[in-house]
Amino acid sequence: MFAYIIRRLIGAVILLFVVSMVTFAIFFLVPRIAGATVEDMASRYVGKTADEAAIHSMAERLGFTDPLYEQYGRFVAGIFAGADYDTGAEVVHCPAPCFGYSFITRNPVWPDLVDRMGVTISLALGAAVIWLAFGVGTGVVSALRRGTFFDRASMGIALAGVSLPIFFTGLLSLTIFSYGLGWTAPGGSYTDFAEDPLQWAGALILPWITLAFLNAAGYARLTRATMLETMNEDFIRTARAKGLNERTVVVKHGLRSVLTPILTIFGLDLGILLGGAVLTESTYSLPGLGKYAVDAIVSNDLPKVLGVTLVGATFIIIANLVVDLLYAVVDPRVRYS
Amino acid sequence: MTAPLEVSSGSSEAQPEAALQGMGKKAIQGRSLGQIAWMRLKRDKVAMVSGILIVVMIIAAVVALLLDRVFGVIDPNAFNQDLIDPDLQIPRGAMGGISLEHPFGVEPINGRDILTRIFAGSWISLLIGFAATLLSVLIGTVMGVIAGYFRGWVDTFISRLMDVFLAFPLLLFAIALVGVVPDNAFGFGRDGSRIFMLIFIIGFFSWPYIGRIIRAQTLSLREREFIDASRSLGARAPHVLFKELLPNLVAPILVYSTLLIPTNILFEAALSFLGVGIQPPSATWGTMLSEASRWYQVDAWYMVFPGLAIFITVLAFNLFGDGLRDALDPRAR
Repeated sequence: MFAYIIRRLIGAVILLFVVSMVTFAIFFLVPRIAGATVEDMASRYVGKTADEAAIHSMAERLGFTDPLYEQYGRFVAGIFAGADYDTGAEVVHCPAPCFGYSFITRNPVWPDLVDRMGVTISLALGAAVIWLAFGVGTGVVSALRRGTFFDRASMGIALAGVSLPIFFTGLLSLTIFSYGLGWTAPGGSYTDFAEDPLQWAGALILPWITLAFLNAAGYARLTRATMLETMNEDFIRTARAKGLNERTVVVKHGLRSVLTPILTIFGLDLGILLGGAVLTESTYSLPGLGKYAVDAIVSNDLPKVLGVTLVGATFIIIANLVVDLLYAVVDPRVRYS
Repeated sequence: MTAPLEVSSGSSEAQPEAALQGMGKKAIQGRSLGQIAWMRLKRDKVAMVSGILIVVMIIAAVVALLLDRVFGVIDPNAFNQDLIDPDLQIPRGAMGGISLEHPFGVEPINGRDILTRIFAGSWISLLIGFAATLLSVLIGTVMGVIAGYFRGWVDTFISRLMDVFLAFPLLLFAIALVGVVPDNAFGFGRDGSRIFMLIFIIGFFSWPYIGRIIRAQTLSLREREFIDASRSLGARAPHVLFKELLPNLVAPILVYSTLLIPTNILFEAALSFLGVGIQPPSATWGTMLSEASRWYQVDAWYMVFPGLAIFITVLAFNLFGDGLRDALDPRAR
C-alpha cells in the first residue's frame, strides 16, 4: 500500500509539472503562433495611449523577449520564492507563492485566488452532498424497481436534467424563486459562512439545488445502469441462494460495485468544480474562482486567468489522486496491478 | 469477419429447403448485425421520433445558413423599434411581445425577432456540435486503437498523454484560449475564425474520453481468434487495424458520437453564454441566453425560447443516442 501511495504521489507531481508547462505554453506560445508579436502581447499591460517605444520596453521588462523556457523558469521560481515585477513606475514585490501579478488591477493574483476559493468550495461541496445523495439514491431505487412508474418518471426527469444547460435552469430558478416569489436572495449576494451561516446558506441554496439537479441526473443514470448489470451477476444469485435477506444483498453486495464508477466520475467532477464552477458562478453572479476567471478574460487580464487555470488543474490532479488512493482501499486488486 | 454494420447482400436468395417445406416466399434470411440493429431501432418510437426531429433540425439549419448568409433573405438583426416600450425598453404587450408576426416575441431595446434569431443561430450550434465531435472521435479512435493494439511503450505514452489532457480544467482552458488567440486569426473573418477556434478547442481537448473507451475495446478485441487468424495468415498491422479491428469498433464509436454531439452543443452554448464564444451581433442560442440573463427581472420571456431551443436539440440527440445504444447493444437494456 505504501509503495502504491508513493508511486501515485510521484505521478501526480510529474503530471502537475507537465500540465503547468502546457498551460504556460498556451498563454505565451499560442498567441505567437496565431500571429501576435511580443509588442501585441505587451500592449495589454500598458495604457491604450502608450507609444511603440513604451510598449517595447514593457515587453522587455515583462520578459516576453526571452526564450519561453526562461519565462517558465521565472514563473515557477516565483511560486516558490516570490518574484519582483517592474511596472515601470516602481518595482513591486510579489511574495511566494506568486502566481503572477495583475498589471491592470495592480495586485498579486494569489491573495485574490485565496479570497475566491471559499465561495467555490462552499458551492461545490454543498452541491456535491445533495447530488450524491439524490443521484445515487434515485439510481438504486430505479434499478431495483425497474419498469415501475417511479423508474420511468425518474429516468425521464434525469434525461431532461442532463439536457438542460445550467445557465438556463439557473435563470429560470432566479426568475421564479428569487424574483417572482421572493423566497431566496437574488443573484450576486454572498455572505461568508463565518459571518452568518444562515445568510450563507440562503444565498447558496438555489445554486446548490440547480447544480445538484444537473449532476444528480447523470449520476442517477450511471448508478441505475451499473446496478442493473450487477444485480444480474452470479455472485448476487449466490448471495441470495445462501439465504441473505434482500437488504443485505443490495447494500453489501450490489452497492459495492456501484461505488467504483461513481467514485471515478465524482472525483473528476468535484475536481473540475473546485477549480471554478464557471457557469454556476456566472449565472448567479457568485464571486468564486470561475467568475474571477471570466471577469479576468473580459478585461484581458491574463495573469489572473493563468493563475486560476493552474489552481484548477491542481484541484483536478489532487482529486484524481484521492480517487486513486480510495480505489486501492475499496478494491485491493488495484494496489498490485 | 464482416463489419457488423455492413448490410450483407449474399443471403437474399431463397433457400430451396425452406421453399420445399411450404414456407413460400418467407425464406430464411441471414441478417447482419446492422440489419438487426436497424429493426430494433425502428421499433423504438422515442428514438425514431428524435431521429426524425434531428434530421428536420439539420435541414432547417442548412436552410437558415443559406437564407441568412448566402442569399440574405432573412435579417436576424432587423430592428422593430415600434414594438418596444420607449420608457421601459422592453417589448410592448404580454409575454415578451408575442404576436402572430413574432410568434416567439421580440428582444428588449431594439425589438429583433427572436424566432428569426433562433433560426439563424441554429447552423452555428449544429455545425460546431458535429464538427467538434468528428474531430475528437477521429483523434480518439486513432490514438485508442494504436495504444490498445501495439501496447508496450506506445500504450504508456498515449495513456499518459490522455492523463495530461484529462487534467486540464476544460472550460477554464477554453475560456483562456479563446481569449489569447487574436480575433481575426486564420483569416476566416469574424464569425468564421471564432467557429473554427471553437471546433478546434472543443474537439481537440475532449478526445481522451473516447480514446479511453476505444483503447479498452481494442485491448480485449486484439486477443480474439479472428485477429489471431488474420495475423497468422500474414496480414500486416494496417490490414489488421483497418479491416479487422475497426469494423468491430463501429458500434461503440457511433453510439459515443451521438451522445457527444449534444455535450458539444451545450459546450458551445456555454462559451457563448460566457461571452467568449460567437460574438454579438451574430445570433447564437448561447449569446441570446447571455443577453437574456441581463433582462430576467423585467422581461423573463426573453430567455424562454433560446433556452428551449438548446434543451430540445440536446434532448433529441440524447434520446436518439440512448435508442441507438440499446439497438446496437441489447445487453445494455
